[in-house]
Amino acid sequence: MSDKGDPVLIALVSCGSEYAGVQSELEKAASTLNAKLVYPEMDVATLDTIGMEFGLEVASPDLRLMMARAKAVVEGVAKVDGVFVTSCFRCAEAAIVRNELRRYIFEESGLPVISYSFTERTTAATLLTRLEALTTIARRKHLLARTKQTGITAGIDSGSTTTKAVVMKDNEIVGEGWVPTIKVLESAETALQQALDQSGLKTEDIQAIGTTGYGRFLIGEHFKADLVQEEITMNSKGAVYLADQQKGPATVIDIGGMDNKAISVQDGIPGMFTMGGICAGASGRFLEMTAKRLGVEITDLGDLAIKGMGENVEMNSYCIVFGIQSLVNSLAKGSSPEDVAAAACHSVVEQIFEQQLQEVEVKEPLILVGGSSLIAGVPKALGDLLKIDVIVPPHSQLIGAVGAALLASGYVSE
Amino acid sequence: MAKVIIYPTNSLILSDMVERFGHEPLAMMEKIKKIINTVGVDSPPLNITPEEPKRGLKYAAVEVPAGVRGRMALIGPMIELAEAGIIVGDSSISFGCMGCARTNELTKFLIREKGIPILEIKYPHTEEEGQDFVYKIAEFLKSLPSGSDEK
Repeated sequence: MSDKGDPVLIALVSCGSEYAGVQSELEKAASTLNAKLVYPEMDVATLDTIGMEFGLEVASPDLRLMMARAKAVVEGVAKVDGVFVTSCFRCAEAAIVRNELRRYIFEESGLPVISYSFTERTTAATLLTRLEALTTIARRKHLLARTKQTGITAGIDSGSTTTKAVVMKDNEIVGEGWVPTIKVLESAETALQQALDQSGLKTEDIQAIGTTGYGRFLIGEHFKADLVQEEITMNSKGAVYLADQQKGPATVIDIGGMDNKAISVQDGIPGMFTMGGICAGASGRFLEMTAKRLGVEITDLGDLAIKGMGENVEMNSYCIVFGIQSLVNSLAKGSSPEDVAAAACHSVVEQIFEQQLQEVEVKEPLILVGGSSLIAGVPKALGDLLKIDVIVPPHSQLIGAVGAALLASGYVSE
Repeated sequence: MAKVIIYPTNSLILSDMVERFGHEPLAMMEKIKKIINTVGVDSPPLNITPEEPKRGLKYAAVEVPAGVRGRMALIGPMIELAEAGIIVGDSSISFGCMGCARTNELTKFLIREKGIPILEIKYPHTEEEGQDFVYKIAEFLKSLPSGSDEK
């Protein structure tokens, strides 16, 4: 997985990571990616004044240390390729500093920045996708600049719920496959075969393959992929490509089967991003369970939601267990299935709004992708909440696979 | 000789003063040295593993951030051993720094709650205040049981 050559330098701007037992996990994730965590140097005397200078007077000296290190990055004292801002989960003071520093560093330096709040249970595997995206943006800018697919390439997105595959030829999608993820390799083979059958091409015609998603490493090895890449990068690229928004700013929201992502994109390259995954209540799984409870196919849930009024249903929890319970109670009290479907869609987007869009600056156009974008009630609920038009590009469930096929074509030319 | 907990818990000056007056300073440096030298634990730079925040549950509930509980896993046992305490308020970062305000609040509370002799003193900002600062700490240390007055 690790790239050869010079390590990518990532400034670690953190509070408490060395005391929370996660420092070694951070180091482990970084070394897997041939990245090096560095600690921007600053004058210790600045810790007494940085709070006022930054305008944020906090009580914790380590948070002031974070500010001083962020300033060292912005002023170029520390030469780094990306920044990882992190602090303890559940610390309100740190959350304020973390969010403001992320914005400050990104706006003032243009460096890719991600932030994360950890617990003692945070593992290297959890950190890996986030750090991988960060190192990719720093390391493979030339590849990410690609806006056209060339030759014949395939992309496979091995997601937690479904596996998607596309075959592309001369900048067109000529075949697609979409199957539930059961056995990772077999599902990938089936999805790719579907795409090949539709395209009329054979495996040997494919000049390059890209893989992404949870199963990317396993299927990458199996198919001898030219490019194995996390989904933040692949999905952003696929989203702006399909939405024909490759230049300028955009915001990509990807609601997947198990997690969701909010990504601020500039010229097709991700900048700030957040990645959910702690709570299934903000994922497609919540909608799947709602559909099952209403006795409708997941594909029909959206049309049902469009006809309903979510406000008519009282929901006391975002939790996938208690939230569904609220919906069941509403049905028992006589709510219509349409209203319940609308409430479920609203619940998912509201949770994404509260948990993730607060950390990413929403710049239009807003591109909604992932399997849940096909449920018509979801883009409507998101548009209603944000009061902006939401773009759902064609093949919006295939963005990861399309991004993979597009970027893999860089290896055809080479 | 009394076991004296100091605050800030990593203040080299305070630790040194306690030692000069014949007492045993309970300070973070010793704790950190011990875990760094623990054979078989490889979690640099401080060798704190996810086990420490769990041990910290003795002093702070699970809703308290992991960084606070990890720190308390080191500081809490020192407070338990303490027979006296010196708390310096509003000190400069260069005098000693605990890093986390929530840990500071909890540390000071637990020291005060213990019912041991405590000297609470403000960090000095002038030479005159500095002399008074050293004098008061010296007098406090001399007053502790089995304190070494001869030194």
